[in-house]
Amino acid sequence: MQPVTLFFITLALIGVAYALGYFRSRALAAPMGGIRHLKSLPGYYGVRAAMWCGIPALIVLVLWASFEDQIIQLLVLGSLGPEMVPKSIGEASLLMSKISNVASGALSPDSVKEPIANAAELLKTLRENSETYMTLLVLSVAVLAGFVGWYRIQPRLNAREQVESTLQWIFFACAGVAILTTVGIIFSVIFETIRFFGMVSFTEFFFGTSWSPQVALRADQVGSEGAFGMIPLFTGTLLISAIALLVAVPVGLFSAIYLSEYANKHVRSVVKPLMELLAGVPTVVYGFFAALTVAPFIADFAQTLGLNASSQSALAAGLVMGIMIIPFVSSLSDDVINAVPQTMRDGSLALGATQSETMKQVIFPAALPGIMGGILLAASRAIGETMIVVMAAGLAANLTANPLETVTTVTVQIVTLLIGDQEFDSPKTLAAFALGAMLFIVTLLLNVLALKIVRKYREQYE
Amino acid sequence: MNNQSEQAEIVRRSLKRRYRKERRFRSYGILAIALALGALIILFADIIGKGHTGFLKTTITLDVEMDSERMYLEDPTNPDEVRMADFVEPLIVSLAKILPDATEDDRDALRGLVNAYSANQLRNELTANPDWMGTTQTITFLANSNVDVYVKHKGDDAYSIKLSEQQQAWVDELQERGVIETRFNDVFFTSGDSRDPARAGVLGAIVGSLLTMFVTLVLSFPIGVAGAIYLEEFAPKNRFTDFIEVNINNLAAVPSIIFGLLGLAVFINLFGMPRSVPFVGGLVLTLMTLPTIIISSRAAIQSVPPSIREAAEGIGASKMQVVLHHVLPLAMPGMLTGSIIGMAQALGETAPLLLIGMVAFIVEVPEGFFDAATVLPVQVFLWAGSPESGFIERASAAIMVLLTFLMSMNALAIWLRKRLERRW
Repeated sequence: MQPVTLFFITLALIGVAYALGYFRSRALAAPMGGIRHLKSLPGYYGVRAAMWCGIPALIVLVLWASFEDQIIQLLVLGSLGPEMVPKSIGEASLLMSKISNVASGALSPDSVKEPIANAAELLKTLRENSETYMTLLVLSVAVLAGFVGWYRIQPRLNAREQVESTLQWIFFACAGVAILTTVGIIFSVIFETIRFFGMVSFTEFFFGTSWSPQVALRADQVGSEGAFGMIPLFTGTLLISAIALLVAVPVGLFSAIYLSEYANKHVRSVVKPLMELLAGVPTVVYGFFAALTVAPFIADFAQTLGLNASSQSALAAGLVMGIMIIPFVSSLSDDVINAVPQTMRDGSLALGATQSETMKQVIFPAALPGIMGGILLAASRAIGETMIVVMAAGLAANLTANPLETVTTVTVQIVTLLIGDQEFDSPKTLAAFALGAMLFIVTLLLNVLALKIVRKYREQYE
Repeated sequence: MNNQSEQAEIVRRSLKRRYRKERRFRSYGILAIALALGALIILFADIIGKGHTGFLKTTITLDVEMDSERMYLEDPTNPDEVRMADFVEPLIVSLAKILPDATEDDRDALRGLVNAYSANQLRNELTANPDWMGTTQTITFLANSNVDVYVKHKGDDAYSIKLSEQQQAWVDELQERGVIETRFNDVFFTSGDSRDPARAGVLGAIVGSLLTMFVTLVLSFPIGVAGAIYLEEFAPKNRFTDFIEVNINNLAAVPSIIFGLLGLAVFINLFGMPRSVPFVGGLVLTLMTLPTIIISSRAAIQSVPPSIREAAEGIGASKMQVVLHHVLPLAMPGMLTGSIIGMAQALGETAPLLLIGMVAFIVEVPEGFFDAATVLPVQVFLWAGSPESGFIERASAAIMVLLTFLMSMNALAIWLRKRLERRW
């Protein structure tokens, strides 16, 4: 049975367990003179039976479905005998795909060595049996545990307390998903990164100035050794992010100042949602706009000035990314400007300062830490932004500060290296994970720093 | 006394300058807002300007004579043979009939006017109506995508016209005579992706997006709400709770592409889940939207006044009953609003889905959570990178469809907030 079908059958069993538990508690209470002799309401006995039935069965189902492939692969590869055990992960996956091709009939069993044909036979039976075993196991766990839960219903059993504490554990587990996600992120990048540094040295990665990850297929090919220096990617990311911040910070800041200090209610109620609209546009739309409208426009414009601009200039990607983060900067600045106490404003105005003088000399210095925090958050957003640069920035890793030239970024390289064929034993694929680790660490540091600054600032005026 | 009036004089003289500065400062603010809104207007105008033609298709209506000899058929009554017949010839013949200046050498040029699929279309129609054999029928075909681009963008340098001078003259003539027409592009909404811009549609991507969003919603809403309830109502004040909170705040700011790496390494490589399927896409987007949903749900729970809790506790409700029977229903509108906004973000997300393989070229409309599929934003990405100029307007049109979905979701969130949210 398919896991999805099995899931729905388990759901149906849970419903049955609820009904059985509910009616059993009522049946037990009836001779005693009604449900007031029960410790909890009948519904709680039903939910308790449903939990007994559902929770273990669903855990078994999820675990089985998650690890089925790994266990089958281990069993199949283990059956090959010591002389054929693969030495590397790449070899293992190659062997495994060969075996599964034989098993599915795409390769004839006669064309391969005998142990492989046997392994394919084993794979076939394991796959067929696995579903049967899973179905049997899940259903028997559900029925047995459900029966135990149902059988143990007693009028003096405090079902409500048990249900509530179980629910609390479930809620706790849901909150824990956040930790699991972080752990998952760290583990998913860390292993591949360590393996990457086993092939490419630290110094080459962090201080190398050339990036060309195309590892040749044959040893005698030209340029057969890839270069993995991340400096050009790093400078490219910085260049585009700097352009974006140069656009977004002044525009965002000034519009926040105008909206919070000058604009009347009516203007604010129109302009603010429009600015939010800018934040709601998907990044792929900005990427489309940057690649097909802004970049050609900049190239043409530069040509009329006699400059030579690439059709995938850093300027186009940076400008459009700047537009994307304007609402981010403006709403964060708006928050901190509004958090400055009104008394400071009133005091400054009472001394005869104009509004702009109040803004520049009183409110802005007071709000500066918060604004800095907001800018740091915006910077981390710009560094991690992917779609705009994938579509509008290039692939060539140039070490340049000229915004009219093509540069590439960390995120562009991650996407290019991981779209299409992946080989988890070549530094080319692993490099993407190393870049991902760097990206995660840098954005994490920026975020932690920014949140710290913002929180500290808030405490100051509370 | 004298000194004071001197000072007053200095101040008065400086006033003009200070007011000028004040006006300048103010105008910077207006300029900033004008820039931001101007960018918004240019963006939308550009998308609509490029994309509105994507909702039109170019058709060519021909009187096709189904002549068995021209189709190289020996036995027109044998359906097996009819299926193998030459269906290109009747199209060329009927085109040559209405374009008298076309000669025998122009066969390929004539053929280049109709869509490459037209012969298949003719075969399907003839198989469905075997009695058409030997008659002349008026049938509407899709025009070739080069004709489509030419008809829509004549004289626009941004589009490369791939028709010869002669073909252009024919198309102009046929358009004048009403043989070539543009009409509403139903193909765009009823078919999946295609290599041929004229036959490419967004239905596959829309269905893929809906399947992915369904998985995301079913997982992220309950988990997010339950997590928020735990953190707000049950969590003891200790370091572990703080650690969860820090984690959630940081995850909300992690670049989305990192979640793609997580999906690739954990779901696909470790758990062996298939690539390119909505189920895995939904899982990745769930992890991505969870922090947003938890944060907004916590805000909604916080806004329920303590008096409600106290009243419920006062009449003997347990902590869990207070939460499930009173706090949760009252916080629900706020939670729904936050979740819809989180879902809208997930719907527009592209980068993590690229890494888990949802960029494959898929023609079929997906039918389940484990069918290979793509989603709307990825479809936009794929078409925007296509060299054929016909795909640019399809990409813009797909963006308009995507933005329509997003705006209706946001409008729904605003409506819900206005309608259901209570002020205490």
